[in-house]
Amino acid sequence: MRGARGKAPEKSKDFFGSIKRIFKEIDRYRLLMLISLLLAALSSVMSIVSPGMLSKLTDTISSGIGVNSTNMTTIVTKINNPIDNSKILFDESLLIYDRTEYGEYLDNNTTFNYEAFKRLPNSIKEYIYPSFEIDGVVITTDDQIELKKIFETVDQTNSEAMLKAFDSAPESVKKVILPTIDFKKVLTYGSILIMLLIVSAFFNYLTSIITAIVSNKSARDLRNRISYKINKLPLVYFDNNQVGDVLSRVTNDVDTVAQSLNNSLATLVSSLTLFIGAIIMMFATNVLMTLAAIFSTIIGFVFMIIILGKSQKYFIQRQEELGKLNSHIEEVYSGLLVVKAYNGKETSDKEFDELNEGVYKANMMSQFLSGLMQPLMGFVGNFGYVAVCIVGALLTLKGSISFGVIVAFMIYVRLFTNPLSQIAQAFTSLQSTAAAGERVFELLDENEMDDESNIKNKLALKNAKGNIEFKNVKFGYTDDKVIIKDFSASAKPGSKIAIVGPTGAGKTTIVNLLMKFYNIDEGDIIIDGISIKDLSRENIHNLFTMVLQDTWLFNGTIKDNIRFNREKITDEEINKVLDTVGLKHFIATLSNGIDTEITENDSISSGQKQLLTIARGMLEDAPFLILDEATSNVDTRTEELVQQAMDKLMVGRTSFIIAHRLSTIKNADLILVMDEGNIVEMGTHNELLKQKGFYANLYNSQFKL
Amino acid sequence: MIKILKLFKNLNKRDYIFLLLTVLLIVFQVFVELKMPDYMSQVTRLAQTPGSDMNEIIKNGFFMLLCALASLVTLIVTGYLTANIAASFSRNTRKALFDKVERLSVADVKKFKTSSLITRTTNDITQLQMLFAMGTIFMIKSPVTAVWAIMKILNKSTEWSIATGVGVVILLTTIFSIMIVVSPKFKKVQKLTDNLNGVTRESLTGIRVIRAFNAEEYQENKFSDINDDLTRTNLFIQKTFAIMGPMMNIVMHGLTLAIYLIGALLISKAMLYDKLTIFSNMVVFSSYGMQVIMSFLMLAMIFMLIPRASVSAERINEVLESDISIKEGTLEKGKANQEGTIEFKNVSFKYPDGDDDMLKNISFEVKKGETVAFIGSTGSGKTTLVNLIPRFYDVTGGEVLVNGVNVKEYKEEALHNIIGYIPQKAVLFDGTVNYNISYGKNDKKKVTEEKIKEAINVAQAKDFVEKMEDGYESHIAQGGTNISGGQKQRLSIARAIARDPEIYIFDDTFSALDYKTDSTLRKELKKYVDGATVLIVAQRIGTIMNADKIIVLNDGECVGQGTHKELLKNCDVYKQIALSQLSEEEL
Repeated sequence: MRGARGKAPEKSKDFFGSIKRIFKEIDRYRLLMLISLLLAALSSVMSIVSPGMLSKLTDTISSGIGVNSTNMTTIVTKINNPIDNSKILFDESLLIYDRTEYGEYLDNNTTFNYEAFKRLPNSIKEYIYPSFEIDGVVITTDDQIELKKIFETVDQTNSEAMLKAFDSAPESVKKVILPTIDFKKVLTYGSILIMLLIVSAFFNYLTSIITAIVSNKSARDLRNRISYKINKLPLVYFDNNQVGDVLSRVTNDVDTVAQSLNNSLATLVSSLTLFIGAIIMMFATNVLMTLAAIFSTIIGFVFMIIILGKSQKYFIQRQEELGKLNSHIEEVYSGLLVVKAYNGKETSDKEFDELNEGVYKANMMSQFLSGLMQPLMGFVGNFGYVAVCIVGALLTLKGSISFGVIVAFMIYVRLFTNPLSQIAQAFTSLQSTAAAGERVFELLDENEMDDESNIKNKLALKNAKGNIEFKNVKFGYTDDKVIIKDFSASAKPGSKIAIVGPTGAGKTTIVNLLMKFYNIDEGDIIIDGISIKDLSRENIHNLFTMVLQDTWLFNGTIKDNIRFNREKITDEEINKVLDTVGLKHFIATLSNGIDTEITENDSISSGQKQLLTIARGMLEDAPFLILDEATSNVDTRTEELVQQAMDKLMVGRTSFIIAHRLSTIKNADLILVMDEGNIVEMGTHNELLKQKGFYANLYNSQFKL
Repeated sequence: MIKILKLFKNLNKRDYIFLLLTVLLIVFQVFVELKMPDYMSQVTRLAQTPGSDMNEIIKNGFFMLLCALASLVTLIVTGYLTANIAASFSRNTRKALFDKVERLSVADVKKFKTSSLITRTTNDITQLQMLFAMGTIFMIKSPVTAVWAIMKILNKSTEWSIATGVGVVILLTTIFSIMIVVSPKFKKVQKLTDNLNGVTRESLTGIRVIRAFNAEEYQENKFSDINDDLTRTNLFIQKTFAIMGPMMNIVMHGLTLAIYLIGALLISKAMLYDKLTIFSNMVVFSSYGMQVIMSFLMLAMIFMLIPRASVSAERINEVLESDISIKEGTLEKGKANQEGTIEFKNVSFKYPDGDDDMLKNISFEVKKGETVAFIGSTGSGKTTLVNLIPRFYDVTGGEVLVNGVNVKEYKEEALHNIIGYIPQKAVLFDGTVNYNISYGKNDKKKVTEEKIKEAINVAQAKDFVEKMEDGYESHIAQGGTNISGGQKQRLSIARAIARDPEIYIFDDTFSALDYKTDSTLRKELKKYVDGATVLIVAQRIGTIMNADKIIVLNDGECVGQGTHKELLKNCDVYKQIALSQLSEEEL
C-alpha cells in the first residue's frame, strides 16, 4: 500500500579499511596508546602469574594439614613394641626393686597399667622406653609412656580416632608429628600476591584513564572536524542529505566510535595477551593436554560464532524495524491534527501494530540469541575444565605427567576461555564501530568547495559602489536539469530590483548564484566590474545583507540572535532596530526583555520570528541587500511598516527583492518577471501592467475568485 | 522504582506466567550452579591425589558436566522467557502510549510537546526495555544466589564471614560513592548532547544565513565550546568509573587472599583432626564468598540502571496518566435540516497557559453553501477560531454549533466526518500520492481512483503529479520533503476534496500558492464543491474579496462582519488591510 521506507541497514562496507582509518585518527595519541597497551599487557602477564602464586600458597597451607607420616610410623612402632626383654629385665631388677610392685605390673601385662608402670624406677622405664631423637627433637621416656597411655584407650585401626589422639600427645611428639604451616612462606606468597593485585589494579586503572582520554579527545576532534567540515561543504551536499542524517553522524556515530574505542581497545589488548600467554604456557607445559583443552573449547566456539552470526542478523533487523516504527510514530505525532481531522486513527493504528509486532519479534530474537553467549561460554569453560581433569588423570596413571601439571592446566583453561569470549564480543562491537566510523569518514571525505586562498582580489566595503550585472547566466543544480537558461540583467547603484514569477521559476536560484552559494555553469555575474569568480565567497558575503523566508533563529537570547557574530553591535542599536521593525511593544511584554531566551516552545509567532530576522539583517551595513520572501509570514499591515523601514535602509543600496505578494514590490525601480528560468518581462509596475502580459495576468489573478 | 512497577500493568497474563516460570527456573539454576563447586572440588581433589580411581574422576566429572548442562539449558529457557517478557513489555507499553497520544487533545499534545512525545514513545521505552532485558534475570538471580550462598557458608567461620562482609561493604561503598559523584554528571551529559545536537541542527538549517553573515567561525566556536564541555564531563565520568574495575578486582581477589590467609591461621591453631575440615571449608568458602560478592555486584549494577530507567518510566507514566482534556460526545449525526451550517454563540477562548483571552465573545452564523472568510493581522486569532470547529480545542465560553448541534455532543469521528480541514502547514505522510489522497476514513464509501484523480485535478495538482515518475503511485517522502511547498499544499487540499465533506476549512492554505494557482484553484473548487460550506482563513485580500461574508478579527475580537464592499465602508481595520495590499483605484 505504501511505498518503501526506512534506510538500508548500516553495515560496514569495508571493515578493515574503516578500522585502519580509525587507528590513523588516534595516531596522534600514539605515545599514550603505546603506554596504555604496554600497561594492559603487563597487567595481563600478572594475571597469568598470580594463579600460579595462589596455587603455591594453597600448597603451603595444605602441607599444614597432614601428619608427618614417617615420623608417626616410627613413633607408633616404638611405643607399641617396647624393648621386649622383660624377662631379663625382671631378673635384673629383682635385685634392686620391690618385687611385689613389679610383679603387679607383670601380672597385669595384658593391659597396660599406667599407674603401676609409672611407679617403676626410672632406670627400668628408660630401659623399656629409651628416649630417642627424631628430626632433632628428643622424645623422652616420660613422653613415650604418656603416649602409650593414650594409645591404650584408642582403637588404633580407626584413623580418625588416631588423629584425635595425637592432639593430646605430649608436646615433643606433637612437634615431630603434627604439621606446621610455614608462615614465612605464607607471608611471602601472600605479600607477593597483594603486590601483584595492587600493581595490576593500578595498571588497569591507568589503562582505563588513558583510553578514556584518547577516546574522548579523538571523539572531540572528530566532532570539531565535522562542525568545521559543514562550513566547507558546498550547499549541494545539503540538498542531497537530510539534516537528521548529518546530525546522527555528529552524535550517534562519533559516540559509537568513541565508546567502542574506550571499551574494546583495552579489552582486546589484555584479552589477546592473556590468550596468547595462556597458549604459550600451556604448550610449554604439555602438548597433549593443550590440544585436549583447545579442542574441547573449540567446539563451544563454533556454536558461539554461529549464534553470533545469527544474532547479528536480528540486531540489524531490529534497528531497521525500530527505524520504521520510529518514523511512523514521528509522522503520526507531528501530523496528529490531520490524523484526527481525517479519522486516520484506524489506518495509523493498523500500521503501528504491524510495525510494533515486527519490532517485538526482532527484539526478542536478538536479545535471546545474544543472551545465549554468556551461559554458553560458561558451559564451554566447565567442559574444558572437566576434559583437562580427565585427560590429566589418565596421563598421570600412565605416569607421563606430574600432578602439578593438572593443577596448572585447570587454571590455564580458565585463562584461555575467558579472554576468547571477550575477544569475540569486542569484535562484534568493532563491527558497529567500523560501520559508524565509515559514516563519519564519508562525511569528512566529501568534496569541499573550491579553495579560494589564491584569490587576491578584494572589493572593500568602502570601495563598493553597487553595480551588478548578470551576463548570460546558465545554471542547473544537477547536470541534467537546467534551471536558469540565459539570464541577463543589470542593476545600477541604489536601485530596487524585484524578481517575481510563479513557483519554480528560479527566483531563489538567482539569489543563490549572486551569493556564490553555487557556482554558475556558464556566463558571469559582475559586481562593480569584478567577476564574482575573482572574488572570495567571504568577500561577497560581506558586501550583501540577506534576509530569507526561512526564519532562522538559534537557541539563545533575542539579543544574541540579533547581534549574531557582530560583537561590535551595542544594546542600544539592538533596541533601536527592534523598534524599527515594530517589535518594541512585544519585547516589552517579555519578562527579560531582549535577554529573553528563544526556545522552540516559545509563544513567539512565525511573524514575530520573521521580524527578528529582519532586524538582524538591518544591522548589517552592506552595499547590497537581498530580501528573499522576507515578509511572507508577516501580516500585510506590519509588512507595510517594515517596508518603510526597509526603504529607508535601502537608500543608496542596490537591493533585490523576491516576493509572492505583488503589493510589496510595486514601487521597485525594475521588476524582472521570471518564468522557467528566463526573464520573460522587464520594467516598472505600471509599464508591465500596460503590456498586459505575463505580469499583468499574474497581478490581476489575485482579484479573481 | 515504584514508577517502574506501575508500568507492570502493561504485562499480559502470558508474561506473568513467564515471569513466574523464570523465577522457578532461576531458583533451580542457582541450585545446580551452587552444586557445581562441590563436584568441581571432588574432581580437583581426585585429580590431585595420586592413585585415585579413574572411574571416580569420570563419575564426578560427569556429574559436574551434568550440572553445567542443566544450568545451560535452564539459562537458555529463562533467556527465551525474559527476552519474551521484555519485548512484550515494550510492545504493550508502546502501544498503550501511542494509543493514548492519539486520543490526546491538541492542547494536551502542545503541553507535552510533540518532540517530547516522540522520544517518550521511542527512546524512553527502549531505555526501559533494556532494563527489563538485562535486569529481569539478574534481579531474580542475585538475591537468590546471595541468600543461598550465604546459607551454605553461614556456620563455617565467623572470621571468613566477617571478611566477606567487609568485601561486600567496600564494594557497595565504592559503587554508591561513584554513583553519587557521577549521576548529576549524567544529566549534564544528556543536556550537553542535546545542546550539541541543537547547535549542529542550527548550523545545518541556517547554513545560508550563516554563510551570508560570514558567521561560520561564530557557529564553530559555539560548537567547540559545548564540545569541550561535553568532552570534559564525559572524561570526568569515565575517569571516575575507571576506579570501578580495578576496585572490583582488588575486592574479589583480595577476598580470596584474605580467606586463605585467615585459613592458614585457623588451620595452624586447630586440632589435628579439624585441620582437614577447615582446609576444605576454606576452598568451598572462597568460591561461595565469590558468589556472594558477585551477586551483590550484579544487584548494584541493576541499581545503577534504575535511576535512568525510572526517569523514563516517569515520563511515560506522565502521559499515560494524564487526563484527556476533551471528552467525546455520543451523537453520530447533526440535526436533519441544518446540514452544512455553523454557528458561533458568544464564543470566548483562552489557551490553558495564556493570560488573556485569545478570542472574545465571537458570534456569527454560516448558512449551507456559503463561503465565509476570516482576516486579520498576525496573532489576531483566526487560526484559533477555525480550530474550535473540529474541536481541536474546547471553547472557554459560549458554544460552537455544527449542523445545529454543539460540537461537544458529537462523537469525535462523526464530527470530523462532516469537516474537511486543511491546515496551514501541509502534512503529508510517507506513501504514494494515492495513499495520501485517500488517507483516513469517513462514513462514505472508500475513496475510488476516479475520485482521487478528480480531487487532484481540482486542486491543480494534476500537472505535477502526472509528470512524476510513477504518476499517482509516486512515492511521497515523510513530511513531503521531496516535493515543493506549493505542491504539498495542493495535495493537502486534494485530500480534503476527496472526502466530500459538508464543510471545508482552509486555514491560511492559499498563502503558499502563487496568485495564479491560487485563483484558478479557488475557481475550480467553487465549481466542484457547489453546495458545501467553505471557511477560508487568509492574509491576501484577493483571496477573499468575493466571499459571501468576511469576518474581520483584531486582537481576538470581531471588529467587522460583511461583504468586501460593506466592510470597506464601515470597517477601519479591514480598510487598512486592504489598502496595505492594493491601491485605492484597485479597490
